[in-house]
Amino acid sequence: MVLLRGGRVLDPSTNLDQVGDVLLREGRIEHAGASLGEVRRDGDLIEIDCTGRVVSPGFVDVHCHLREPGREDVETIATGARAAAAGGFTAVCAMPNTDPVTDNQAAVGFIIRQAQRADAARVYPIGAISLGQKGEALAEFGEMIGAGAVAVSDDGKPVASAQLMRSALEYARAFNIPVADHCEEPTLAHGGAMNEGLVSARLGLKGIPAEAEEIMAIRDILLARRTGGHVHLCHMSTKGSVELIRWGKDRGIRVTAEVCPHHISLTEDAVEGYNTNAKMNPPLRTAEDVAALQEAVKDGTIDLVATDHAPHHYDEKEREFADAPNGIVGLETALAVLVTHLVEPGIIGYGTLVDRMSCTPARTFNLPGGTLRKGSVADVTVFDPLRRWTVEPSAFLTKGRNSPYAGMQLTGRAACTIVGGRIVYRQSE
Amino acid sequence: MSAAPIGKDLLGLEHLSADQIRLILDTAEPFKEISLRAIKKVPTLRGMTIVNLFFEASTRTRISFEFAEKRLSADTVNVASSGSSVSKGETLVDTARNLEAMKIDMVVMRHGASGAAKFLADRIRSNVINAGDGTHEHPTQGLLDILTLRDRWGSLEGRRVCICGDVLHSRVARSNIWGLRKLGAEVAVCGPRSLLPNAIDELGVTVFGRIEEAIEWAEALNILRLQLERMQAGYIPSLREYNRVFGVTRERLERSPRDLVIMHPGPMNRGVEIDSDVADGPHSVILDQVTNGVAVRMAVLYLLAGGRPEVAEAAKG
Ligand SMILES: [Zn+2]
Ligand SMILES: [Zn+2]
Repeated sequence: MVLLRGGRVLDPSTNLDQVGDVLLREGRIEHAGASLGEVRRDGDLIEIDCTGRVVSPGFVDVHCHLREPGREDVETIATGARAAAAGGFTAVCAMPNTDPVTDNQAAVGFIIRQAQRADAARVYPIGAISLGQKGEALAEFGEMIGAGAVAVSDDGKPVASAQLMRSALEYARAFNIPVADHCEEPTLAHGGAMNEGLVSARLGLKGIPAEAEEIMAIRDILLARRTGGHVHLCHMSTKGSVELIRWGKDRGIRVTAEVCPHHISLTEDAVEGYNTNAKMNPPLRTAEDVAALQEAVKDGTIDLVATDHAPHHYDEKEREFADAPNGIVGLETALAVLVTHLVEPGIIGYGTLVDRMSCTPARTFNLPGGTLRKGSVADVTVFDPLRRWTVEPSAFLTKGRNSPYAGMQLTGRAACTIVGGRIVYRQSE
Repeated sequence: MSAAPIGKDLLGLEHLSADQIRLILDTAEPFKEISLRAIKKVPTLRGMTIVNLFFEASTRTRISFEFAEKRLSADTVNVASSGSSVSKGETLVDTARNLEAMKIDMVVMRHGASGAAKFLADRIRSNVINAGDGTHEHPTQGLLDILTLRDRWGSLEGRRVCICGDVLHSRVARSNIWGLRKLGAEVAVCGPRSLLPNAIDELGVTVFGRIEEAIEWAEALNILRLQLERMQAGYIPSLREYNRVFGVTRERLERSPRDLVIMHPGPMNRGVEIDSDVADGPHSVILDQVTNGVAVRMAVLYLLAGGRPEVAEAAKG
């Protein structure tokens, strides 16, 4: 039994927002809301003082890269799951662009077993759309989902063939899972290393125009309309994409979308000086894009926040910008980036923050959690909304150190992460 | 180590002040005279070791630097890309570590990646001179272009220079834009839109889509080399069409209201971006550019070394 005492209990899924207690028993939520007073003890009772903290349903990251199998030197499912817990995530979805690609039920089963051993955040595998992510033949969705996959995606690569994307959306309907879409028109993005614009013109780097993302976003929104399938657009980065998603939603098309913390907090200026820790795909865009994305998180056009956590070895980032790999680590900074860049400036409140990091991701990917409703799984995050801290990559639990936030002061930090009623992370005081 | 008046390194012209650029140009003037002497050598950099690190072939630039180094009596080592560390898969970080361990004084580097010179400069104590990094900057080329124009005009103030051709993939173009604008010139670019960066006008330059307009406007044309692979990559239809639409020909020049100064960083594609009678014609300063290249590079080497007291002492003698 875990008793979380005296925190601000915040659960948008049940319209709950009051100072009170949360009681967890046998891996389930027994009570969330009013103060309980004296609690009858049966067996062990862990009581945690949550005064001044927010107690919310556990955060769910529907998009991260855990690198196992294939690059265990960079991250393993265990280190990724522990980093997730340290960031306040009780569940994460692992993208299938591993080596070998997670494109069959055995590979899905492997990830689930490794995650069970890790005993930290839950890890849900995402299966590949195409065999080997080659973009040619559909992978066996049915078998992968039977083995525990929760979505399909060729993330890391776009699905270049519109016909294959159409088939994926149609076929996925039978299983009611989202098709998570890495939107990148390959011929426009080819060779690009950053956003196409003033900074790329000055630095002499090949740019990736916003249209590389937007063309694929609208293609796949239209295919979702045609097929009735659920397209989930990953890591949206442009103002134009927001407009296209709004267009699709207004017409009742099954489109959901995510944004990463870095795309709503940093601009292309972070690349200045050829900083490879600011190199990612899609690239950091302009202040205008950042503002549009922030607004879209607020009004729900962008449904949820996902990290696109992408650890790389130090040496791989320590090189010429154009040749450095894309991606940054994000599990342990996501909450603080959102608090610092969305909540503190008054763009959203903590309720919206919890909704975009927990309730909506769980609902969109049909996962347990994302709520404190009585009887649901006891996945809970306690965070300190006012805690200021300096990002120090060497203290991360992920093996990755590639963070553009290194050295920055941010606000907001997970204090305690509980998965299935078990405490898997506690921030040291 | 105290910083030289132009900083530890010369990575580009974007971050130099107008005064620093003028200092380099002024320093280059007396070095021109050395090249006219019977014995073209001064002891200024005696005892200093300079590595010319060329990860990408550029015979002209490398030879120009070598002349500059030798005329200043430096010891030089040339490392070319063929059979060098790059083809063996050594990273730039390893290269930097090795250079640092060898205690050399200066590195002149040409590299195919934008930002490579800065990458190296951030990691070693030696002075780094960017001899061209990817499609970013080529500061000594920019300086020699500016010196050539200053020789003609006395001052760049209010003068109009148009850079013609493949600005998108050029490193010379950016160095020219920064340097010329800082010294008060107006700068334009002209070429097919597919070969101009989208945000180019935000750099403070005028954009001409037609070479006729550029010729009408400009007092000098700096004509960039067009590379064959641009055509294959789908940027332009053909070299033939490029010459028809954008080529600088005598007929076009004759329609100019004034005597245009014609520049080209070389090597030229005669009959593509520039016709032979223009390249060899009376308004061409292309060979002056080559001469000025050595003087400008001597000036840069001298100024970067100037931060060292023992070298400054030797220079007096
Ligand atoms: Zn992606
Ligand atoms: Zn991803």
